[in-house]
Amino acid sequence: MLRRSILSVFESPRFFRVLLWIAPIVFLLSYFFLPLSKILILAFNTSALTKTNFQLILSTLSFTFYQAALSTILTFILGLPSAILFSRFNFRGKSLLRALTAVPFMLPTVVVASSFNALFGNHGLFSSISDSKYSSFILHPSSFSLILLAHIFYNTTIVIRIVGNALSRFDPKLEQAARSLGADTFRVWKNITLPLLRPSLLAAALLVFMFDFTSFGVILLLGGSNFSTLEVEIYLRVLKLPNLPLAALLSIVQLIFTLIFSILYTRTINQVTTQTAPRFSISKPPKSFCERAFVLTFYLLLVTFFLLPLASLPIRSLTRLEADRGQRGEVQYGFTTDYYKELFINRRGSLFYVPPIDAARNSLGYASLTVLLSLALGYPAAYALAKPTRLEKFLDPLIMLPLGASAVMLGLGFIISFGRSLASPWFVPIAHTLVALPFVIRTLQPALASIPERLRQAASTLGASPFRVWQTVDFPILSRATLSAATFAFTVSLGEFGATLLLTRPEYPTIPIAIQRFLSQPGGLNFGQAMAMATLLMLLTTLAILIIEKLRLPNSGEF
Amino acid sequence: MLEIRDLFKSYENKPLLRGISFSVSQGETICLLGASGSGKSTLLRMIAGLEFPESGHILFNKIDLAQTPPHARDFGLVFQDYGLFPHLDIFNNVAFGLKMRNVSTEKINSRVAEMLDLVNLQGFEKRKVTDLSGGEQQRVALARALAPSPRLLMFDEPLGALDKSLKEDLLNQIRIILHKTEIPAIYVTHDQDEAFTIADRILFLYDGEIIRDGTPDEVWTNPNSVYAARMLGMGNVIEGVVTSPNKVKTEVGIFTLNCRHKHSKGEKISLLLKQSEDGVDEIKLKVEDVLFKRDQFQVKTKSGLVIHMKEAPKIGQIIRVKVQVECLA
Repeated sequence: MLRRSILSVFESPRFFRVLLWIAPIVFLLSYFFLPLSKILILAFNTSALTKTNFQLILSTLSFTFYQAALSTILTFILGLPSAILFSRFNFRGKSLLRALTAVPFMLPTVVVASSFNALFGNHGLFSSISDSKYSSFILHPSSFSLILLAHIFYNTTIVIRIVGNALSRFDPKLEQAARSLGADTFRVWKNITLPLLRPSLLAAALLVFMFDFTSFGVILLLGGSNFSTLEVEIYLRVLKLPNLPLAALLSIVQLIFTLIFSILYTRTINQVTTQTAPRFSISKPPKSFCERAFVLTFYLLLVTFFLLPLASLPIRSLTRLEADRGQRGEVQYGFTTDYYKELFINRRGSLFYVPPIDAARNSLGYASLTVLLSLALGYPAAYALAKPTRLEKFLDPLIMLPLGASAVMLGLGFIISFGRSLASPWFVPIAHTLVALPFVIRTLQPALASIPERLRQAASTLGASPFRVWQTVDFPILSRATLSAATFAFTVSLGEFGATLLLTRPEYPTIPIAIQRFLSQPGGLNFGQAMAMATLLMLLTTLAILIIEKLRLPNSGEF
Repeated sequence: MLEIRDLFKSYENKPLLRGISFSVSQGETICLLGASGSGKSTLLRMIAGLEFPESGHILFNKIDLAQTPPHARDFGLVFQDYGLFPHLDIFNNVAFGLKMRNVSTEKINSRVAEMLDLVNLQGFEKRKVTDLSGGEQQRVALARALAPSPRLLMFDEPLGALDKSLKEDLLNQIRIILHKTEIPAIYVTHDQDEAFTIADRILFLYDGEIIRDGTPDEVWTNPNSVYAARMLGMGNVIEGVVTSPNKVKTEVGIFTLNCRHKHSKGEKISLLLKQSEDGVDEIKLKVEDVLFKRDQFQVKTKSGLVIHMKEAPKIGQIIRVKVQVECLA
C-alpha cells in the first residue's frame, strides 16, 4: 500500500512538474536573483545616493540616450530604403545580399569592433592612405563616428526584417483603392501606408534603440573610456575607478530602462503580427529608370558597407603594414602569416603568461561547459513550458528576466555576491549560461510543444512501444532543436564579452578578452594578433551560424 | 462615355491583351466575361490608371486619359477581397474618397449616412472592418466606391469570395443601385450567372481578344464561338465536316445547317447542338446515365452528348431526340 502511494505521488503530474523546475529555479535564484538583490541593496545604500553620483548618472544617461537615438535614426536612414529594396524588388543575388546584411547581428561584438578597426583604426587598412582634405571624413572617421557606424552595421538587419516583412505583407490593393478614391501619392503614404506600417516601424525602432542603449563591446573597443554610456560607466566603476555602490546604482537605472523598452516592444510587436497575412509576393523586377537607379544604388551601398569591414578583418590579419615593435633590419611589408604563428608562441614580456592560442582552448572549454549546463537546465524548463499550467505562466517571465539584465550587470552581481576573489573559473560558464538560457529554452520549447499528442498516439496504435514512440516521433524533431540550441549556447559563450571582462582571471583569457588586450596595447604585432584572433572567432561563429540556419525550424519566429 | 481603343498589353513577355476595343455609355453596365488569367483584371487596372497599356488609348468623354493619374480619374473600383482600410472604421472608409476631395464635414456626414443606407448598413459607422462578415465588407466597399459619385464604377470579381446565397442577394442590390444611380459600370467576372443577371451587354474575353460582344439575349441564343458556348455551359459542342451546302456530317449523325455563313464542301466546323421540339433533325442516342435535376432529368448518352428530359429513361435504352444545330464560327 505504502509503496503504491509513494509511486502515485511520483507519478502525479504536479509532482513531476515541480521536479522539473527544481534545477532551473535553484540556478536562477542563486546566480541571478541573489546577485540582483545584492545589487539592489548596494544601490540603495546611503553611500550611493549622493548628489555627485546623481549628476554623473544623469550625464551618463543623457549621453547613452543621445548616442542610442542618433544610432537609431542613422540605422533607419539606411534600413528603411533597404527594407523597401528587399520587399518591393526582385534582383539577382537578393537572398545572398539579405543574408549578408544579417551576418553582423550574429557576430560577437569584438569581431565587429575588430573589423572596423581593421578598416578605419590607427593601424587599419585605410591608415596607410594619406589624408587628403576631402577623404579624411570618409577614410578616417572619429571614434564616435566609428561607434555609430558599427551600430548601423549591427542593427540595419532588424529594420530590414521587421519593416521589410510588414511591407511585403502589405496588401497592394489598399494603396490602389486609395488612389482610385482620389488620393495622390503623398496622401496614400500619409493616410494608408504610414498608419498601417506604424506598429512595425515603432517595434523596429524600439528594438534598435534597445540594442544601441545597452551596447558595450562596440563602444568600449572603438571609443575607449572617453565615451561613457551606462554600460561602460558600470565597467569603469568596477575595474578602473572602483565604486561598487555607484556601479550598482547605474546598473539598476539601466535595468529599469531596458525593462520599459522590452515591455513597449512586446506590446508593439503584438500589433504587428495581427496584420493581414501574406497572400502573394508583391516584389517585382525594377522597371523605370528611377527604380533601377534606386536598386543599383542601394545594392552597391549595402554590398560595400557590409562586405568591406567583414573582408578587411581577414585581409588585415594577413597583411603587414608597419614594423612590429622591436623589429630590426628590413621589414617585409605585405602578405604575412606571422600574426597567426605568433599566437602559438609564449613570449617573455608578452601580455599573457601562456601562448595566446590558449585563449582559444579556454573559450572552447567554457563554451562546452555552457552548452552542457544550459541544456541540462533548459530541457526540464522547456518540457514544463511546452504544456503550460498556471505555475508555468507565472514562471515564464521570471526565467526570461535575465535577458533584461546586461552582461556587465551580471558580472557586477557576481563580484558583489561572490567577492572580487572569484577564484574559481566556473563563474565564467555560469555567467554565459545565464545569458544563453533564455534562448535555449525558447528554442526547445516550441519544438517540444510542436509534437502533437496525436502523432504519439498514432505511432503507438500502429504498434510502437513507448521507446519506439520516443525514437521515431520525439527524437527526430527534438534532435534538430537540441543541436540548434546547443550551437546557440556555444556561439553566445564564444562571443560573450561584458561579463567575461569582469569575471575572467588573467591566466584564463577567452578569445574576446585576448582580442581586447591585444587591441589595448600599442604596436603592429599586437594589432596583427588581435586581427588574427578576431578572424578565428569570426570563422568559428560563422560556422555556428550556418549550422543554426540549417537546423532552424520553419516559422520558429524572429528575434 | 468610356471608350477603349486598340489596347495592347503583355505580361512576362507574353501577349495578354491584343487589341481590345469597346465602349461604355451612360447608365450602361457591361460585363467582361473570361477565364482567370485572361487579362480581365489587368484591363480594369489599366482603365483605373494603375497599370499602363503598351499601346492604345483610353478615353473618357473623348478625352485621352494617358496623362491622368489614377487619383484624378474619378473612377470607382471594387475589389474581390474588398480592400477595406483595416485601420479605419466603417465611417472613415466610406468617407475616404470624400475627404480626398476636401468635402465639408457636414456633407461628408450626410453622404456617408446616405451611402450606408443605400447598401443596407444603417448605423454601422463606428464598427471595425474586422468585425464585419464578407458580405457586409463588400457592401462597405461598394458604399465607399459610390460615395464620391464616380464617373465610372469598376467591379473586379466582387462576389468571388462570397457564398452562393449572399452572392445572389448582393448581386441584386448592385443591380438596383447601378440602375438608380445610372453610373456606367464595368463588371468583371468568370461566372456567367452573374454576368447574365447584371449586364446590359456581355463581352467575352478570350486569348487576349474580345470574341463576342452583345446583349445577354443575343449572346445566349448565338454564342458564335466554341469558347463562348463552353463558357456559357452549353455542353453539346461537336465537330463536323460540311458535306453539301446545307448538310454537315458528325459522329452522331448528319444534320441540316441553318447558318448565316457560307461553308464550302469539306470544311471542318464546330457545331452547337441544341435540343429543340421544333428541330429539323432527329438523332438516336443510347442512355448511359440519368441524373435527377429538380424539374427534369439530365441524361448522359454514350456519344457524350447531354440532354434533358421530363421523364427518366432507363439506362441502356435508345431514345430519339429532336435537335437543331448552329455553327460556331
